[in-house]
Amino acid sequence: MTSAIDTQGLTKRYGRRSALSGCTLSIPAGKVVGLVGPNGAGKTTLLHLAVGLLEPSAGRIEVLGHRPAESSEQLARVGFVAQNTPLYASMTVGDHLRLGGWVNPTWDEDLALERVEHLGLDVSQKAGTLSGGQRAQLALTLAVAKRPELLVLDEPVASLDPLARREFLQSLMSIVAEHGVSVILSSHLVSDLERVCDYLVVLVASRVLVAGEIEELLASHHRLTGPRRDGLHLPPDWEIIEETVTERQCALLVRHESPVHDPAWTVEQLDLEDLVLAYMGREATDGHKQGRTLVGAHS
Amino acid sequence: MIRLAWRQFRTEAVVAVVGLVVVAIVLGATGPHLVHVFRTAPSQLTNTYRTLQGAAAVLVLVAPAILGIFFGAPLVARELETGTFRLAWTQSVSRRSWVVVKFALVGLVTSGVAGGLSLMVAWWANPINIVNADRFSPANFGMFGVVPFGYALFAFALGATAGLVFGRTLPAMATTLVGYVAARLAVTYWIRPHFEAPLRLSLPLSKLSGLGFTRSPSGPVTIGAIPPNIPNAWALSASIVDDAGHAPTARYLARVCPTLAGGPGSGAVGVTRSGPAPGGGIQTCIARIATKFHAVVTYQPASRYWPFQAYETALFAVVALALAALSVWWVRHRLV
Repeated sequence: MTSAIDTQGLTKRYGRRSALSGCTLSIPAGKVVGLVGPNGAGKTTLLHLAVGLLEPSAGRIEVLGHRPAESSEQLARVGFVAQNTPLYASMTVGDHLRLGGWVNPTWDEDLALERVEHLGLDVSQKAGTLSGGQRAQLALTLAVAKRPELLVLDEPVASLDPLARREFLQSLMSIVAEHGVSVILSSHLVSDLERVCDYLVVLVASRVLVAGEIEELLASHHRLTGPRRDGLHLPPDWEIIEETVTERQCALLVRHESPVHDPAWTVEQLDLEDLVLAYMGREATDGHKQGRTLVGAHS
Repeated sequence: MIRLAWRQFRTEAVVAVVGLVVVAIVLGATGPHLVHVFRTAPSQLTNTYRTLQGAAAVLVLVAPAILGIFFGAPLVARELETGTFRLAWTQSVSRRSWVVVKFALVGLVTSGVAGGLSLMVAWWANPINIVNADRFSPANFGMFGVVPFGYALFAFALGATAGLVFGRTLPAMATTLVGYVAARLAVTYWIRPHFEAPLRLSLPLSKLSGLGFTRSPSGPVTIGAIPPNIPNAWALSASIVDDAGHAPTARYLARVCPTLAGGPGSGAVGVTRSGPAPGGGIQTCIARIATKFHAVVTYQPASRYWPFQAYETALFAVVALALAALSVWWVRHRLV
C-alpha cells in the first residue's frame, strides 16, 4: 500500500530561514493521522508542500505515490482545507458549491448538497457572514465533495469555539466512516486529535519525534514510579523519555516493548497529551540525543 | 475554470457595461445635434456641448488606467491578501490554467470596455474631428482608433502583474497609475515619432503658423518657428535654416532686427498669423530674414495615421502579453 505522504530530507527555505529542514517521514494511507507539534515546527509548511502550494527547496515528497500537484488528476486526489478556512467572502454558500463543480471533474454534487442541508447552511447566505464553525464546515464540504483519496486539513479547528470544534470533528469522523478517505490533520492541541485520530506524528523542529498508531503508542508508554535506587538496571529495550528524580522517589516515563515485571514500580497509564508533551519536553532540553539512560543505570 | 473566473468578475463586468450604456445614452442623445451643427454652422462645433466634449475626452483618456486599477490590480492581489488562493490552487485546475484564464477573460473584457468607449466617443465626435482635422496630434491620437484597446490591455496586465508580484492591492493600484501614465508619455513623445522616419518639408517663412523671438537679459536673440497646420498630419518640429542648412546666428539677427536687440529688458516676442498685429519693426525684420532663410518642417503625414495606430497598438499589446507571461511564470515558480 502506498503511503499517504512520504518525504525524504524534505527542506523548505525562504532566503536563509528554514521553515522545514531535512524532514523524513512516512505517513500511511487509510488512517486518520494527527500531525502535532509546537508552533513553528513546520506543520503548515509540510502540509502546503503536500498539497503542492509550495515546492521543496531540497529533498523529495510524494503524496499517494505522486509529486504533489503534478497534474490536475493529482490535484483532484487531494482535498485541502487551509488554515483559517479561506472562502470567497462575497460569494454565497451556493456559489461555492457551484464553483466546486466547475473546477473539479470528480465533484459529487449530491454529497455537497446533502452535507450543506444536514449542516443547516443557507445556500443564499454570503460566505463572509458565516460563523467560524460554518466557514470551517463549508470549507470541509468543498474539500470532501471533490471525493479525494486524501484529505489534508491545516489546523481546521484552531479558531473554533468548543461546540463548533466538536461538531467539526464529528463531521470529519462521519466522512471518514462513510467514504474511507485518508485524513491528515494538524493541530497544536493533542486533545482535538485524540478524539478522531488513530495515528499520530509528532513533529518538532522539522524532526519526527514519534510516529505510530495511537493505540500502540499508549500501550507501549507508561509512567513508572518507585523508590530511588542507585545502580538500577532497566531492560535494554526500554527507552526513557522523561525522568523525575527526587531524594526518595524516581518517576520515569518509558517506552518499552517487554512488560513491566519489577514489583517495585507502580505502573500508570498515560494519556496521549502526557506522552506528546514528554517527547516535546525531552526535545527541548536534550536537543538531539537519542536513547539516553538513567543516571547510574548501566555503564 | 472560465465559469469561476466569470463568476468572480461578474459584478465588475456588469458595472462596466452599465457605465457604457449610460455613456451610450448620453452620446446617442446629443450626437444628432452635433451632426446638425456640422451641416449648418460647422464653425460653431467647438462651442457645442463644450463640457461634454471635455468630459468625453477625459473619460476616454483615463478609462484604461481606471480599468487597470480596478479590474487588474485586485485580480490576483485580492486572492493573495485574503488567502483564497490556497482554496483556488488546490482545486483540480492547475494554477497555470487558473492564471491564464483569469488574465485572458478579464483582460479581454477590459480591452473591450475601453475600446468600446473610445469607438462610441469617436462616432459622437466625428463632426468635430472632421472640422479640427487634428486626429494625429498627441492630444487626440490616443483617444481614437484602435490604440485604446491596446492601452487597456496594457494597463490591465500591468495592474494584474503588479498585484501578483506585490501580493497587495493598494501598491499594485499605485503602480498601475504611475506606470500607465509614464508609458503613455514615453511612447507619445519618445517612441511614436520614430515609428517611421518623419518627412521633411521646406517652406517659405510666410507659410509657418508663426515665428517667435526670445532674448535673455544680456544674451543673444534666438528665433523659433511654430510649424504650420497640416490637416490630420502630425507636425513634429520646425526650424529656420539658410540654403546651406545653418540657422541664423545671433549676430545676424541683431544686425537685421536692431529693434529686438536694442529693446529694453528680456522676454519673448511672438508673431503669429492670427495673433495681435506685431510692431512694424518686427515685420520688416522678418521680411529681411525671409529673403535668406526658409523653414524646414518635420512631420508625420496623415497617410501614416492608421499604420501608426497599428504599431502603437501592437507595442502595448506585446508588452501586455509579456507581462502576462511573467505572471504565469511568477505564479508557477515564485509563489511556491
